[in-house]
Amino acid sequence: MARLGDAVRAVRSKNAGPFMVTVDIFCGTDAAFQRVNAAVSAAAVARLYRVDPERVERHELPEIRVVKFSFPRPAPQGSRGDRDMHGAQWAVLLAEAELEEDGDRVR
Amino acid sequence: MTTRVLVPSGVLGLGFDREALRRAAAGKPDIICIDGGSTDSGPFYLGAGVSKYSDASVRSEWKELLDARGAAGCPLVLGSAGTCGTDGMVDRMLETTRSIAEAEGRWLKVAVLKSEQPVVAVSEALQAGRLAPLAGAPDTGIDAGGIERCSHIVALAGAEQIAAALMTGADVVIAGRATDTAAIAALPLMRGEDAGAAWHGAKIGECGALCSTKPMSGVIGLEFDRAGCTVEPYADGARCTPESVAAHMLYENADPFILHEPGGHLDARSAAYDALDNRRVRISGSRWVASDSYTVKLEGARLAGYQTTALAILRDARYVRNARRWLDRLETFLAREIPARTGLEAHDYAIEFRLIGMDAALGPLEARRSDPVEVGVLAIVTAASQEMATEIARLANPFLLHFPLTGEEELPTFAFPYSPAETERGPLYEFALNHVMRLDDPMEAFRLEVTEVGGGAAG
Repeated sequence: MARLGDAVRAVRSKNAGPFMVTVDIFCGTDAAFQRVNAAVSAAAVARLYRVDPERVERHELPEIRVVKFSFPRPAPQGSRGDRDMHGAQWAVLLAEAELEEDGDRVR
Repeated sequence: MTTRVLVPSGVLGLGFDREALRRAAAGKPDIICIDGGSTDSGPFYLGAGVSKYSDASVRSEWKELLDARGAAGCPLVLGSAGTCGTDGMVDRMLETTRSIAEAEGRWLKVAVLKSEQPVVAVSEALQAGRLAPLAGAPDTGIDAGGIERCSHIVALAGAEQIAAALMTGADVVIAGRATDTAAIAALPLMRGEDAGAAWHGAKIGECGALCSTKPMSGVIGLEFDRAGCTVEPYADGARCTPESVAAHMLYENADPFILHEPGGHLDARSAAYDALDNRRVRISGSRWVASDSYTVKLEGARLAGYQTTALAILRDARYVRNARRWLDRLETFLAREIPARTGLEAHDYAIEFRLIGMDAALGPLEARRSDPVEVGVLAIVTAASQEMATEIARLANPFLLHFPLTGEEELPTFAFPYSPAETERGPLYEFALNHVMRLDDPMEAFRLEVTEVGGGAAG
């Protein structure tokens, strides 16, 4: 098992407007892109961030070796209950998820 | 024909590489564009109608940009003045410009574009069926009452309104809230450059050198033509690569290929990014898709109470080890004592705790458990008035300081980092709108005025 963050160049997250957050996995190499693209589904991200799987958008960008997810923030930016104004620390949750050896899922 | 746009940095107040700016301005761009705002720092700035950045930073950078404008002999455009882009922030920026121009004996023609929307106008638009929610709009009950509770509402100007300001022949345009891309895209579009490239290049350049290998250097040049756009960083050693440029389409953007703007959207699915050399990238192949109706996005913020915070630090190893259990007991105790002592109902106030060192950033999503040296206990009280929020924080104060893990032990005393332990945070605002408003004419929701400031010789 390896942490996803150790298998890729960078994982970053940021608000996409006050109501959505977007997480970009910069895989760095084609091999890492293929591994991550196969392993990290919208359903896995929905489980990790506890959001409705139907609300998770998934984008594959093979040219720049990026897999991207966008989903609603747990609380609108800056409203009571929000813990991270810029949504930038949520990336850590995905970066620290375990990428299983056969590369077919994260958990 | 080409149109060359100089972007000094991602936002006014963040700083830029002075030498790179001097070099870029000496290259005689057709326009200098800088963004002044964003919702990125949260709802407070729009709710209160204030800027995030220090006056000193804004003033000193604006003075340098006015100098660069003079050297380049081209217009200077500021979008989203004062973070939130309210009318008050536009007026303040005009006064800053006036004061710099007067001090330097410089004469400037300034076009001021205002984006703030009276709540009455937005309520009427709602009744007339001109408002439509965007994906992810909060279920905040957007009815006439919900709109009237907003302290400020702004509409995001697009390229059309910036173009109207440029057509006045102004030396300087100070715009209220606008899309991040509008100021950059406006002149290329006016001059008939490729529309897909105008919007795509504008998106890539809107954060300055963030699309390069030296993100802190700020200064970026964009050269638009009839077929595409070339991106070039100006700082020494900075490079744009196809990957660094393409990656910026992802930034703060839920969909990496589609960018909605007033009057249509950019479709970058067929875009190509080609290295011209080791520091410039050519963007081509994007399409602009015009929409049937002209809509502008609205942002609104409203008061959601007042907050007072308190911070205690647990360092005693037993309390650190049992911090979660300790907090559960404290919360149960306070949920009983606060209503009992104040007469408030549970829905009249909220007291949230964050255990810093354990899960303050991620909350219930946190997957890691560790053995911290110390734990910060941040209490955030929200109530209908500042006095009530502070009253509740004071009520909690002795327990935050002394609450024991069990009923049969000496009272502990934790570390308060300052006195008084309570800090009044002032009003709490929340974003209340995520809607577009349909307009018959792009200018109908915006106001444009031209003023002359300063003195002495023109330019």
